[in-house]
Amino acid sequence: MKQDIILEAIDVVKHFGTGGGWLSRYPVVQAVDGVSLEVRRGETFAIVGESGCGKSTLARLLMQLLTPTSGDVLFEGRQVSAIKGQELRRLRRDMQFIFQDPFSSLNPRMTVGKLVGEPLEIHAPDLSAQDRRAKVAELLRQVGLRAEHADRYPHEFSGGQRQRIGIARAVASGPKLIIGDEPVSALDVSVQAQVINLLGDLSRDLGLTLVIIAHDLGVIRHMSDRVAVMYLGRIVEVGTTEDVFADPQHPYTQALLAAVPSMDGAVTDHSETVHGEMPSPFDPPQGCRFHTRCPHAQALCKTQVPTLSTGKRASHQVACHFAETLPAQPRPATAPQKSKTAEARFALYRAATEGGAIAHKEKQDRP
Amino acid sequence: MELSNLVLRFRGQPNDVVDHVSLAAKSGEVLCVVGESGCGKSVTAMALMGLLPPDSSLISSGNLRIGGETFDLTRDVVPRAMRGNRIAMIFQEPMTSLNPAFRVGDQICEAIIQQGGATRAQARARAETMLRRVGIANPAQRLLEYPHQLSGGMRQRVMIAMALANDPQVLIADEPTTALDVTIQAQILDLIRDLRDDIGMSTIMITHDLGVVAEIGDRIAVMYGGQVVEQGPVREVFDNPQHPYTIGLMSAMPGLERPGARLAIVPGTVPTIANMPEGCRFRTRCVFATAACARRPALSEIAAQHQVACHFVPLEENIEVAR
Ligand SMILES: Nc1ncnc2c1ncn2[C@@H]1O[C@H](COP(=O)(O)OP(=O)(O)OP(=O)(O)O)[C@@H](O)[C@H]1O
Ligand SMILES: Nc1ncnc2c1ncn2[C@@H]1O[C@H](COP(=O)(O)OP(=O)(O)O)[C@@H](O)[C@H]1O
Ligand code: SF4
Ligand code: SF4
Ligand SMILES: [Mg+2]
Ligand SMILES: [Mg+2]
Repeated sequence: MKQDIILEAIDVVKHFGTGGGWLSRYPVVQAVDGVSLEVRRGETFAIVGESGCGKSTLARLLMQLLTPTSGDVLFEGRQVSAIKGQELRRLRRDMQFIFQDPFSSLNPRMTVGKLVGEPLEIHAPDLSAQDRRAKVAELLRQVGLRAEHADRYPHEFSGGQRQRIGIARAVASGPKLIIGDEPVSALDVSVQAQVINLLGDLSRDLGLTLVIIAHDLGVIRHMSDRVAVMYLGRIVEVGTTEDVFADPQHPYTQALLAAVPSMDGAVTDHSETVHGEMPSPFDPPQGCRFHTRCPHAQALCKTQVPTLSTGKRASHQVACHFAETLPAQPRPATAPQKSKTAEARFALYRAATEGGAIAHKEKQDRP
Repeated sequence: MELSNLVLRFRGQPNDVVDHVSLAAKSGEVLCVVGESGCGKSVTAMALMGLLPPDSSLISSGNLRIGGETFDLTRDVVPRAMRGNRIAMIFQEPMTSLNPAFRVGDQICEAIIQQGGATRAQARARAETMLRRVGIANPAQRLLEYPHQLSGGMRQRVMIAMALANDPQVLIADEPTTALDVTIQAQILDLIRDLRDDIGMSTIMITHDLGVVAEIGDRIAVMYGGQVVEQGPVREVFDNPQHPYTIGLMSAMPGLERPGARLAIVPGTVPTIANMPEGCRFRTRCVFATAACARRPALSEIAAQHQVACHFVPLEENIEVAR
């Protein structure tokens, strides 16, 4: 059975020249270099990788905010670059973006009501002013703000609240798909949890497809159904979040997971899993781009580009010449062990935050 | 090193931004200070280092003991001569603390020579040794480069080399890996752990990542609103978290819960210093808060070496939640 694919990238390439004319010897950044992926309707698809690997560029390509050097992006089976006029407006309605930085992505001179109402003006021009106000109030409530916030300006809000405003704006046009470029990275953990919950609720309630870019593996594991791992402009592994986290196949994914500080305090020697630092994107290594850091690299890796292909599971693809023969690095699939005491207190806390009735017993102060 | 009862206020503000904070780290020990942004971690570190200008900040109480010496922070700062060889600091963003106009080597040498004694040639040799020690290949070459020629991870290594060049007894690291990628963060944490074992310094590690604490910390101090609300040995606090804020922070971390489940949250956001409530500063966000919380809870011992500041601990004995 063919899955229902809402968004597809086919061998997408984006090279940035960094100035000078066509004859200049200024280097070219191969920010995204031959990425193919399929996002299924209704899923949360994550793209993970380290700084500079091309995640934001890929997100902008998917959104048509950048034109690819080559390759195609298809939305609901249609080539996005060929869509024009009225159709393009509809595409903009169906696909929305949430930015990383809640501080700079909102126009400081517009009220929240105006900010959230703007997409409605564009995409639902028939709405009367009164209906629009009512719709804005409903959207604000939906993202956990209050209707009276509509009259205030962005600077009056905290980072988490601004991110909620950004989300309300994205949801306003009734999109089918939202792409978030690091939507929670700038937030403190307590506020981050609030926004993660909100995105989960919205995707479930509205049947949204989410494409989430993040570098925090904890966030990805929590939020996504499937995940693609990027390294220097290419996807090196893609699969269900469960498979990729429990049984990573690509040496880079293995290194990435081993690098996450573990809550159970186990000490790993990271010199075994990855060497050195990310090479310059101006001059990426030939062959497998990871070979300069890979502990398993062999002669073949320096010349031959490995292609993304299916490994031991049909739903799990890896780009490594030796994926089949590498020692498996299974990782515990379960969350780290918590003590009984901690477990009980977490449960008590959760019950209280979820609206349980709280009673304080007699005994209070200690001296 | 031991800091006791630091109280600090920025001039013109109604509340103390650091409120009776005491921290201690034995030699060879890593104390992790955690909390969300704005809870006073960096300000505490800057005060320790004597880096806050007295015309904008007022320290009304605080003693710092390093080795055998004690400083009254209300009267004088740690003398410049001691910063560097007794107590050194690395910052979150290495680019702001390396001067972009000077070669890396000159900056490290300067730091070494300033502490007295060394000749230019000795300083240079020492700088090279330090770079090698923090895992930089080709140190002689790197010494001649400018900061912008180095990657973020390498700059952070240079900062560490510079901070450790004079064998300090205390290292304060303010989010040294927050700006770095996870594979590089892992390498830097390995490095700090090795150096701690070799040199036996006390380290104060400021972070907001509980994973980092589990990986490298011996003790943890949880800060909220400029106060320490809970502290103790890392394992003890993780296995027996007492303060509602500690519990909230731990439950809000994605990756600990079953994927996809709703995360437990800490409602609201940190109030500004001007809007800090009286009594327990956490009470505007605490799900268990009640009238009694208008009185400030004392930081008191709940288990061996484990202190917490909440009127209702242990929670399960004092509070019932009906579902
Ligand atoms: N407009 C541009 N012109 C030239 N180079 C660019 C441009 N935009 C991005 N790049 C380069 O392309 C590469 C990928 O950048 P991108 O922003 O997509 O990375 P990223 O994975 O989002 O990183 P981060 O995690 O730091 O946000 C980088 O080397 C970057 O410097
Ligand atoms: N120079 C300053 N003048 C006034 N307020 C400041 C100054 N530096 C920091 N603050 C405030 O002090 C509080 C604590 O800040 P900081 O120690 O930087 O927090 P963090 O825990 O994130 O390191 C914040 O509310 C911050 O806005
Ligand atoms: S192809 Fe070679 S260098 Fe690349 S990840 Fe596989 S083993 Fe390592
Ligand atoms: S003292 Fe009150 S407000 Fe403060 S943490 Fe304890 S229960 Fe919450
Ligand atoms: Mg980016
Ligand atoms: Mg700080």
